[in-house]
Amino acid sequence: MDDLYRENILDHYRNPRHRGTLERPDITYEDANPLCGDRLRMDLNVRDGRIAEVRFSGTGCSISQASASMLCEAIEGKPLEEVKKISRDDVLEMLGIELGPVRLKCGLLALKTLKAGVYGIKDWPGEVEGEDQ
Amino acid sequence: MGARPAAAAPGPAPAAPFAAFDPAALRRRFPIFNTPREKPLLYLDSAATSQKPDVVLEAMNRYYAGYNANIHRGVYQIAEQATEAYEDARRRVARFVGAAPREIIFTRNSTEAINLVAHAWARSTLKAGDAIVLTEMEHHANLVPWHLLAAERRIELRFIPITDSGELMLEALPGLLADGRVRLVSFVHISNVLGTINPVAEIARQAHAAGALAMIDASQSVPHCRVDVRALGVDFAAFTSHKMLGPTGIGMLWGRRELLEAMPPFLGGGEMIREVKLSGSTWNDLPWKFEAGTMPIAEAVGLGAAVVFLEELGMDAVFAHDRELVGYALERLTEVPGLRVLGPPAAKRGGLVAFTLGDIHPHDVATVLDRDGIAVRAGHHCAMPLHERLGVPASTRASFHCYSERREIDALIDGLHKVQKVFGA
Repeated sequence: MDDLYRENILDHYRNPRHRGTLERPDITYEDANPLCGDRLRMDLNVRDGRIAEVRFSGTGCSISQASASMLCEAIEGKPLEEVKKISRDDVLEMLGIELGPVRLKCGLLALKTLKAGVYGIKDWPGEVEGEDQ
Repeated sequence: MGARPAAAAPGPAPAAPFAAFDPAALRRRFPIFNTPREKPLLYLDSAATSQKPDVVLEAMNRYYAGYNANIHRGVYQIAEQATEAYEDARRRVARFVGAAPREIIFTRNSTEAINLVAHAWARSTLKAGDAIVLTEMEHHANLVPWHLLAAERRIELRFIPITDSGELMLEALPGLLADGRVRLVSFVHISNVLGTINPVAEIARQAHAAGALAMIDASQSVPHCRVDVRALGVDFAAFTSHKMLGPTGIGMLWGRRELLEAMPPFLGGGEMIREVKLSGSTWNDLPWKFEAGTMPIAEAVGLGAAVVFLEELGMDAVFAHDRELVGYALERLTEVPGLRVLGPPAAKRGGLVAFTLGDIHPHDVATVLDRDGIAVRAGHHCAMPLHERLGVPASTRASFHCYSERREIDALIDGLHKVQKVFGA
């Protein structure tokens, strides 16, 4: 119906990829968006420096859920080194939409959770102007 | 009590649209509705902040353009004029809620007013083992200040539970008060999520009988209905300008004079002192004892104009209009499949309604509505424990004020059908 709810977002929202949990994950991390109370958990298994398996769970709006689904799809099987480089702009590009400052946090919750779980970086991606890791 | 029943005991909503004022005509007095934009603004978020009439904006502009000066300091003409305007706003607010001017303390907002009580009254009075009674339907503003106090002083917090339909279970209150350790019962007058109008006078009566004080968070009541703090029988009331057609940046605490006089100051600085020596200070009289530093003068002036505007409309008419709209909204919302309204029936609520729409996230609901120019609130509305109690992560809320129109509710209903088209199975 409009730009924000493009077909790819609705598709990932309705048929999320990698939704669920892992039985004994190497890494598990849960975070929340205090603005809306959305929660997101990511479970990862790492083998030979690669993300062997990834699952996400939690509740949230279509943007946060679709973004988690797309991010999981993008990182499974990838070397950690490569995953480390994923920036906020990469996620926004995957979503393919412009987000205002409030909905931006929905779109970036998955990346924030991933980075906190994998590297212990707990800031919102790109929170500080010009700082994009 | 009960001399001014509108505040405490809601009567039935009138059957026909209330004719005391015409909201469509009134909208012309609110510049935001006349500002050209892509789609006309359909504003259903007045519980978050109300829009401002022309007289409020003009009064603030007149202050800045004509007599901008600091108050209570200069002896020149415009400083006198500014002081007079600031104190005139206090007198108007006092009359508006049935209080004496010296009992009205200007703060930044309701939150700061509650924090003022938590610091100046509670920290000078309460000791470990004392208890405070709150409710399950509180805004974070009436929870977090008490969490901080409880952690610091080992104060026990107790909660009046709510029913599934969002009303206080008053039958639980005697039990909560029974051991005589409760020093304060602090609760919301009209819930910002459920819309529930709580029985203030009855709760205050029980609190006093148990030796406790009573405070109301009147953020959603003072802007919408007649509130007489003395008739309600409470000891403190917190409310805020920006929800009552006034500017942001200024709120109010009303407190009974003898309580305020016995309390130590909240913030230290200029204006709140009588005499300062390097070794210590003595405090100014009420209300200035609690107003440290330069206060929001322009905002007070704007607030004074908002009070005049509301008085001209008549608070009974404003309340009747709210209730007429909420009745209409509740009726029309039943047309939307999968929609669950949070809170009690129309007869027991003020001018707001929060709901969930199946599993569709409120952010998605609000975003689709926004595409049609409809502004609603989505999220937990600063009431996370309440949402947890209701078993929903978040909700969408539509709320009204004097300028709200039925056609905005009609647009909301059409919009909700669109939401279902986008996100429906």
